Amino acid sequence: MWRELDMDLEKHDVFLGALPVAFGEVFLRQENRPAGMAYFDNALAEAHGGRIQEILAGKKAGRMVAGTFCVFAPEELIFAVDGISIGLCGGAQFTVPTGEQVLPRNLCPLIKSAMGFKLDRICPYFQAVDFLIGETTCDGKKKTWEILNEYVPTYVMELPQKKGAADLTLWEGEIHRLKEEIEHRSGREITADRLASGIKMANARRDALARLYRARWADPVPISGKDALLISQLAFFDDPERFTAQVNSLCDELEDRIARGEGVTRKGAPRILVTGTPMALPYWKLHHLVETSGAVIVGEETCTGTRYFAGRVAEDGRTVEDQVKDLARRLTAINCACFTPNKDRVEDILRLVRDARADGVIYFSLQFCQPFGVEGRLVERALQEAGVPVLRLESDYSEEDVAQLKTRIEAFLEMIAS
Amino acid sequence: MLVVGIDVGSTSAKAVLFDGRIKVYAIRPTGWSPREAGAEVLAEILDKAGLSRREVAYIVGTGYGRVALNFIDQAVTEITCQARGINYLTGKAGTIIDIGGQDTKVITVNEQGKVVDFVMNDKCAAGTGRFLEVMATAMGMDVDELGSLPKNVNPVNISSMCTVFAESEVISLLAGGAAREEIVAGLHRAVARRVKSMLKNTAPATVVFTGGGAKNEGLRRALAAELGVEVMVPAEPQITGALGAAIIAWEGNGGAVAHN
Repeated sequence: MWRELDMDLEKHDVFLGALPVAFGEVFLRQENRPAGMAYFDNALAEAHGGRIQEILAGKKAGRMVAGTFCVFAPEELIFAVDGISIGLCGGAQFTVPTGEQVLPRNLCPLIKSAMGFKLDRICPYFQAVDFLIGETTCDGKKKTWEILNEYVPTYVMELPQKKGAADLTLWEGEIHRLKEEIEHRSGREITADRLASGIKMANARRDALARLYRARWADPVPISGKDALLISQLAFFDDPERFTAQVNSLCDELEDRIARGEGVTRKGAPRILVTGTPMALPYWKLHHLVETSGAVIVGEETCTGTRYFAGRVAEDGRTVEDQVKDLARRLTAINCACFTPNKDRVEDILRLVRDARADGVIYFSLQFCQPFGVEGRLVERALQEAGVPVLRLESDYSEEDVAQLKTRIEAFLEMIAS
Repeated sequence: MLVVGIDVGSTSAKAVLFDGRIKVYAIRPTGWSPREAGAEVLAEILDKAGLSRREVAYIVGTGYGRVALNFIDQAVTEITCQARGINYLTGKAGTIIDIGGQDTKVITVNEQGKVVDFVMNDKCAAGTGRFLEVMATAMGMDVDELGSLPKNVNPVNISSMCTVFAESEVISLLAGGAAREEIVAGLHRAVARRVKSMLKNTAPATVVFTGGGAKNEGLRRALAAELGVEVMVPAEPQITGALGAAIIAWEGNGGAVAHN
């Protein structure tokens, strides 16, 4: 199987060799984890095993495999042709040096790592895709797709930077064009019926994740932030229907826990909301540092958090035209820092602070992530005006700043407690 | 009651023995082992005071080495400790600029000595004690000599705050014939500007400068010039974190503190 994927097996073994230790330390040592996490632990363990076998089997049976990078990629179109949609690897320091061979060093680690995964040939998903769907959310990504396209076909959608009528029209057109591309690549027509079922499938997953996030509002929290992050990360990789069922069954367990007053931390533990850049698999550093400092993360306003399941798409569209309009409308519900202005993001964060009863906010941006780095100041000011303590952190995937981050996180928790 | 605060920083370990006032204190290099340095500096103050370990009711550890100290009762970050220590010394709200070996911190404190906000440098050493140490070495000087250079020299412009780039810059300035005094003044101004950029709001009313960096008179002058305010330096700026740790130990055990 690996040979078929043209993987660099030696490098792949080195990369995977470190993961079980890290996973054990970060996840398995947590106390009183919900039993339903077993599925997700296994899904991670099978990320480079069973899941990739499934994908290859699907591919052999004629299913199209599309890779995505962004929460704006309309996966509904992929589901509509019974295609396989997978988010791509991009959260590891291991591949950053390789990424830097073709990209500038002062670029965000997410892009460099993703590029490195392709160049190193250690991400089976990257090797299995028929094509990638890129988007123009930032200059770094926009230009990287041109280079990445030399290694794997990369289709780029132009994401607008405003949310006016003209922008919606542009985005609608982009979705139509992607629809044609997908029809061409899969050899299947996207009919209203097929698209309706694709929309339902994506909505069901959004509903399940929203339910999981609501469970985190309880005190004590029934699930750690780390586990919730892992689930969101796996949402990009797993079979959507199976994943949705598993999240819902985990939520049944969590809701029972809430009814019994049972949690993974003591009642009254400091509650932190994280906002900022996405945390691609296997980036767990920030969550681990916060949750081993005695606090718990009760929500993520990130692309691996609320932005991923924001914007339920209307299910009553009768024609493909209407459905594409509905898909395009989702643009207005996602408050990515690539938009200007982006005031709604501040409102979202303040609402999440209230709903999740957060004691403080950590604004986290990856180094060299300009949209989120720059927007940090506006968000910080708004939170301060609302009387919400906020800590701004910037980091990358390396381990070298762990002690300094820990000091700042602990000091922030001491500040909140005093 | 006797309590101790120990601050093991990247460069030096500090301990304060406290009984409602500072009884004795000690400072020694951290060396390679934070745990040993912490134990040694504790032994040193006990020795100075003629006490045994059993007579100490409670120990609070702080600084980057706090996690390595296996003999302490509680660990608190140096940010909280600095705030408490400075508030004890000044009795005021204000801003603390702490320049240590690896970190530069700007801490905003309220009247009660609680941290309201803080900023700390990212993982790079720009603007820290280590930055000045590297530059001193490049000029064949000891870091302690930097502060004692004459006041009225024209600072040369140092354009890079990256430690590695600035080192090259200093070396080429020396090669170009610039005077060491002028380069040092330029370095102090560069660090002061870096600190100014960490102050998110307007210039604060009360500024207290602590950490090993505060022993550098030239740096204090540069900070005062850049910020446009008076910059106070405590009598012993290196021990304020350990003092804050001791006060937290004292108050945590029911002690009441009057401001100095």
